[in-house]
Amino acid sequence: MKSTALKVENISKSYLIGKISSGTLSRDIESKLTNWFSKKSDEVALNKNEKVWSLKDINFELKQGEALGIIGKNGAGKSTLLKILSRVTTPTKGNIYGTGRIASLLEVGTGFHPELSGRENIFLNGAILGMKKHEIKKNFDEIVDFSGVESYIDTPVKRYSSGMYVRLAFAVAAHLESEILIVDEVLAVGDADFQKKCLGKMGSISKGEGRTVLFVSHNMQSIQNLCTKALLLNKGTMQGFGEVPKMIGEYLQNNDVLVPLNERVDRKGDGKVKVLGITFIDGLTLLPTNNFYVGMDLIIEVNLQSKKFNLNTNFELSLGISDQFGMRISLVSNKISGQKISPLENGIWSQKIKLKKLPLIMGKYSITIFLASGGNIHDWLTDAFIIHIESDKYFGELSYTLPIGQGSVYTDFQFI
Amino acid sequence: MLKTAKQDWVIKSKSNWLNIDFISAWEYKDLFILFIKRDFVAFYKQTILGPLWFFLQPIITMFVFAFVFGKIGNISTNNLPKPLFYLPGIICWNYFAECILKNSTVFRDNANLFSKVYFPRIILPMSIVFSSMVRFFIQQFLFVIILIIYSFNGFKTHINATILLLPVLLILMAALGQGIGLIISSLTTKYRDLALLVNFGVQLLMFSTTVAYPLSAAPQNFKFWIALNPMTTILETFRYSFLGQGQFSVSALIYTSILTLVIFLLGIILFSKVEKDFIDTI
Repeated sequence: MKSTALKVENISKSYLIGKISSGTLSRDIESKLTNWFSKKSDEVALNKNEKVWSLKDINFELKQGEALGIIGKNGAGKSTLLKILSRVTTPTKGNIYGTGRIASLLEVGTGFHPELSGRENIFLNGAILGMKKHEIKKNFDEIVDFSGVESYIDTPVKRYSSGMYVRLAFAVAAHLESEILIVDEVLAVGDADFQKKCLGKMGSISKGEGRTVLFVSHNMQSIQNLCTKALLLNKGTMQGFGEVPKMIGEYLQNNDVLVPLNERVDRKGDGKVKVLGITFIDGLTLLPTNNFYVGMDLIIEVNLQSKKFNLNTNFELSLGISDQFGMRISLVSNKISGQKISPLENGIWSQKIKLKKLPLIMGKYSITIFLASGGNIHDWLTDAFIIHIESDKYFGELSYTLPIGQGSVYTDFQFI
Repeated sequence: MLKTAKQDWVIKSKSNWLNIDFISAWEYKDLFILFIKRDFVAFYKQTILGPLWFFLQPIITMFVFAFVFGKIGNISTNNLPKPLFYLPGIICWNYFAECILKNSTVFRDNANLFSKVYFPRIILPMSIVFSSMVRFFIQQFLFVIILIIYSFNGFKTHINATILLLPVLLILMAALGQGIGLIISSLTTKYRDLALLVNFGVQLLMFSTTVAYPLSAAPQNFKFWIALNPMTTILETFRYSFLGQGQFSVSALIYTSILTLVIFLLGIILFSKVEKDFIDTI
């Protein structure tokens, strides 16, 4: 019987939406004083604002060496839970008990300084993540070896390519000697080879070295490969905790219920251009549709609203298409096609995009929308829409569908 | 409750009024040293003249002061050579002001770091005070060299026993700068407008401190108010210890120490209150 590594007890976290404070110092002091003298508790004063629970009554226990996958939709409270476990923020209610050092990787390369060399950054980043100097020294050669940037180790990291940067950052993180490791979706970076290497390393950390790992990902395949248990979150509550395949099944089942766009609180960006909605149009009939099938011509109309958009910058509209496992299948973007979009400075406008002969196999896909210009993100909605693509014959009546296991996209080929 | 004996740590929702964990802060001493090193190395790597700036900045300021206050304003320097009078004030003020300014933006400057990884937050503002101290020592060295040059040319230095108070003065400046800076930084996470006042306030504060004039030259009815400023005591004692000029009094030093301690503790308490969930409000 292995000992308990982590016990989470009734963890809840609330945020106040609306006014956090009146914004001016004098008025805040005034209201504090009146509350104080009239013997009202803080609770009463806070209730004037709306309290939103982003996590409610989370309970679970992990044994040493177990790997927990945390799954759930955007806004389910995954990141909040990770932040509380990493001690970046405090829970509103509940306690967490643990044994051994805890280290978290919510981002790779936290605290890297561009002016410092790779060597100096290994020490700095390692220390930020909680390593002692002698531990970093002991692992130094291994870290450099893992990252594959030996020849640039004394070059300032600002001259590194983004790939080298990420590799070095992950290499440091992978050599943390903590008993509990918390990992956010940092693996979504780097090239495929390196991702494989990282996943391998993660596997050996939990399986081989007997350390406890908590892992958040949208990628169900890596959850399945790495984790021994899964925690399913839904709107801040625990929907399930237990066997991985069962939890993944449950997650995929009610993955369809999407939060309406205007109620999403996890939108990123400055809002100078915002997505109002999306209309799917059948390319053949030119009528709005909610039926999708393999090989169809699909027109996506994105309805947008601009507020003080700077017309001098190049507008980027990207749609990321991911499969039901969270794997990104493709990106539809005017940045790739090299086309220019002319947005409005102010007002409501729309942009149509035509997808010729939809090459995706039957299944469920989610669409992420990303708007940016001149390096500024305007709106970023992960998994904004979900579409079900029905089976059909890509090459027409006399053709056949792609056999199962033989790939997930059609190639528009012809025998000549 | 977890019943195993091996339980090492607890994350609680409730916390005490002073919840800085000094024991775990000590565990992170390597990071503390690396932060100091980073600040220092990163500063001179980004400049053309490098560490030379440490010398140029006080010397140029000294010339400006000598011209504006000494020549045009005709403000007394207690019969001291102008460089010797102005330099200690400038050097000490620079250090003090840097402690305030850098500490006052510590949450904003490190929001990304704080939102991604945990370490005892207090070591970051502490490291700022120490990395600025490196610069202070270098500039202090410059002052000593100039003092030696002057004494070779016949200036009598009047170095006396109060020079032993120098470490105390340095600690007072550091604690005062840290305290004020932390109070401002803790309030600015909620009230952004305070941040705008900081630069302005530090500048005003300089004129109420005896940086560019001796306390003895201040008008009689203002003297009391200028002496209330804790930095005035520190500067006057500093000048007194090297140059024998200025006002040294034990009671003023005790007053300054108590005030500094109060401000420092207030800063630390406010900081510890804000640090645990400021991530939710930015």
